[in-house]
Amino acid sequence: MDYLPNIIFLLILGVGIGYFTKNIRIVIRNIKLGLEVDASDHRKERWNNVIRIALGQSKMVVRPVSGFMHLIVYVGFVIINIEVLEIIIDGIFGTHRIFSFLGGFYGFLIGCFELLAALVFIAVIVFWVRRNVLKLARFWKPEMKGWPKKDADFILYFEMVLMTLFLVMNATDVHFQAMNNGNWVSQFIAVAFEGVSVNSLHQIERTSWWLHIIGILVFLNYLYYSKHLHILLAFPNVYFGRVNPTGQFKNLASVTKEVKLMMDPAADPYAAPPEGAEAPAKFGASDVADLSQIQLLNAYTCTECGRCTSECPANQTGKKLSPRKIMMDTRDRLEEVGKNIDKNGSFQPDGKQLLDDYITREELWACTTCNACVEACPVSIDPLSIIMDMRQYLVMEQSAAPNELNVTMTNIENNAAPWPFNQMDRANWINES
Amino acid sequence: MNEVLKVPTMAQYMAEGKQPEVLFWVGCAGSFDDRAKKITKAFAKLLNRCQVDFAVLGTEEGCTGDPAKRAGNEFLFQMQALMNIQVLDGYEVKKIVTTCPHCFNTLKNEYPELGGSYEVMHHTQFLKALLNEGRLKVEGGMFKGKRITYHDPCYLGRANNEYEAPRDLLRKLEVELVEMKRCKSRGLCCGAGGAQMFKEPEKGNKDINIERTEEALETEPTIIAAGCPFCNTMMTDGVKAKEKENDIQVMDVAEMIANAADL
Ligand code: SF4
Ligand code: SF4
Repeated sequence: MDYLPNIIFLLILGVGIGYFTKNIRIVIRNIKLGLEVDASDHRKERWNNVIRIALGQSKMVVRPVSGFMHLIVYVGFVIINIEVLEIIIDGIFGTHRIFSFLGGFYGFLIGCFELLAALVFIAVIVFWVRRNVLKLARFWKPEMKGWPKKDADFILYFEMVLMTLFLVMNATDVHFQAMNNGNWVSQFIAVAFEGVSVNSLHQIERTSWWLHIIGILVFLNYLYYSKHLHILLAFPNVYFGRVNPTGQFKNLASVTKEVKLMMDPAADPYAAPPEGAEAPAKFGASDVADLSQIQLLNAYTCTECGRCTSECPANQTGKKLSPRKIMMDTRDRLEEVGKNIDKNGSFQPDGKQLLDDYITREELWACTTCNACVEACPVSIDPLSIIMDMRQYLVMEQSAAPNELNVTMTNIENNAAPWPFNQMDRANWINES
Repeated sequence: MNEVLKVPTMAQYMAEGKQPEVLFWVGCAGSFDDRAKKITKAFAKLLNRCQVDFAVLGTEEGCTGDPAKRAGNEFLFQMQALMNIQVLDGYEVKKIVTTCPHCFNTLKNEYPELGGSYEVMHHTQFLKALLNEGRLKVEGGMFKGKRITYHDPCYLGRANNEYEAPRDLLRKLEVELVEMKRCKSRGLCCGAGGAQMFKEPEKGNKDINIERTEEALETEPTIIAAGCPFCNTMMTDGVKAKEKENDIQVMDVAEMIANAADL
């Protein structure tokens, strides 16, 4: 018996899965650089969201064309992957189509896979055309230059190749075609191979089989470097997504403590901090470690689809702000910090931070906090929360608000209104005619 | 016509040992801005007309802190919040109605965690409730059959999922309600939120309120209805910039109901 193919298969499988695991560990470690948040509330609602938004893709279909196409690719991806189970068993034990004993049911399954593969192929071509021929505006914003653009195209080519390999593999499988059980699509491709010798057919079939499984493993490992990580992270991300009204911004507990002290007439403002008191908290965020773990998970989950940016009023009127860029910058900086840790064992200051080196103040101050980006995101990402945290840093740590806002805030402080009116005049409207 | 406004303060109620049915939170714009004051009065007139037992805080009211919070000044926000909560709790306020979606959002969503829990309603929700209870009568009057588009304030719509109360009221006015391309959960911001009202916009190629006004004008309305004093200002400025102020009015839903009732 010749076990060489089985051994090679096991090796490839091991390397593929091993390398993937290593990268996922890095993702988890990087996310844990963020601040912990308690998300143990609203369990039922969170699971509902996972079912509705992640599994059910409810936010995708807001835009019907891309939503429908994405649904095909998504369903296709999940279902065709059942086939991978057979491929792995065949590969390890040197069997051929181990599940074919299921007879008619097997044929039905494979038939569905073939149909989906063909549909996925078509959908992917539509996606490619939208990006590269119709040039939809949201795919051509400044932050999509270079790698992000290539990444998006690579994935489409990848899917085309994988689907082709799957169908060719079935079409050139003489035994399978002879069974005439489930070759719904491949029988038409088989026509193209008429006249090819049985031996060559077998060669093509084997080559397609190997390339198919290797392709899948390469794809799996590609995820980490790509916006495609969302196919895994969308689920936890939606679970941890917003459950409160989107207008409700979190109240900083560290501030509450200080404000209560200030307002307490009994407190001595000059008292030394009690022994063992924690160091004063940093207000807001200037780098990724000041963000929450959920916000960092958001960054890894972002699909760079740009639905947020295309709904953003600031972006639509030519301002620099793009909520998608906020997410991409956060991920890029987080990766940079992660690499720094890989290299040095722990993070060594590199003279850079998320603020200014990635996200500029001009972007941050252009936001109207309208929540359009949050509403638009198909995977429950909250770019606005990062913008707010960074504004807090600018205002509370650096007193670096735009001048007009400083005036506004002084007014509120002095006379309890954003304009310089006297609080004693607040009820004058009642008697004015 | 032009009955005298009856707007008692909480202090007066307290002195008489009474509790009003609801506190009307007027807000900074509603108290000081000339355009917004008209909305405040229209709503107060409606409350009088429906014999709602209400009061205002008057000089004891202070900014909710919304603009400070959205500008990133959590300190100032929480100072305002805690002071307001002291006043509100001092009067044992249970229920609040406000004509400003920003005040509405902040009072409703952000005060509870700081110790101030009240039942908070936007004035369109409150009017809708009065309508349902049969206390408020709404008739088309001068607006009957007019083409009207409604602009969703971000902090009422997306932020708090209230899209229908203002629309229901408009339908009661028997208007021809036409929706803009981007409406409800996908409605475009007027450009005022997040403390933008108080600063110049960043560099771009257009002001947000112009973009939104253009979209509203595409529906060829005679009136652009709004439910927020800031949206009102932004849209009014937009209409002026488009030199349409003689043909198109920007009105709060409450003003329209008050006008229709000849108040
Ligand atoms: S909340 Fe800010 S970033 Fe998000 S869509 Fe609105 S303006 Fe743009
Ligand atoms: S944040 Fe959401 S909507 Fe925006 S690009 Fe990422 S996935 Fe798309």
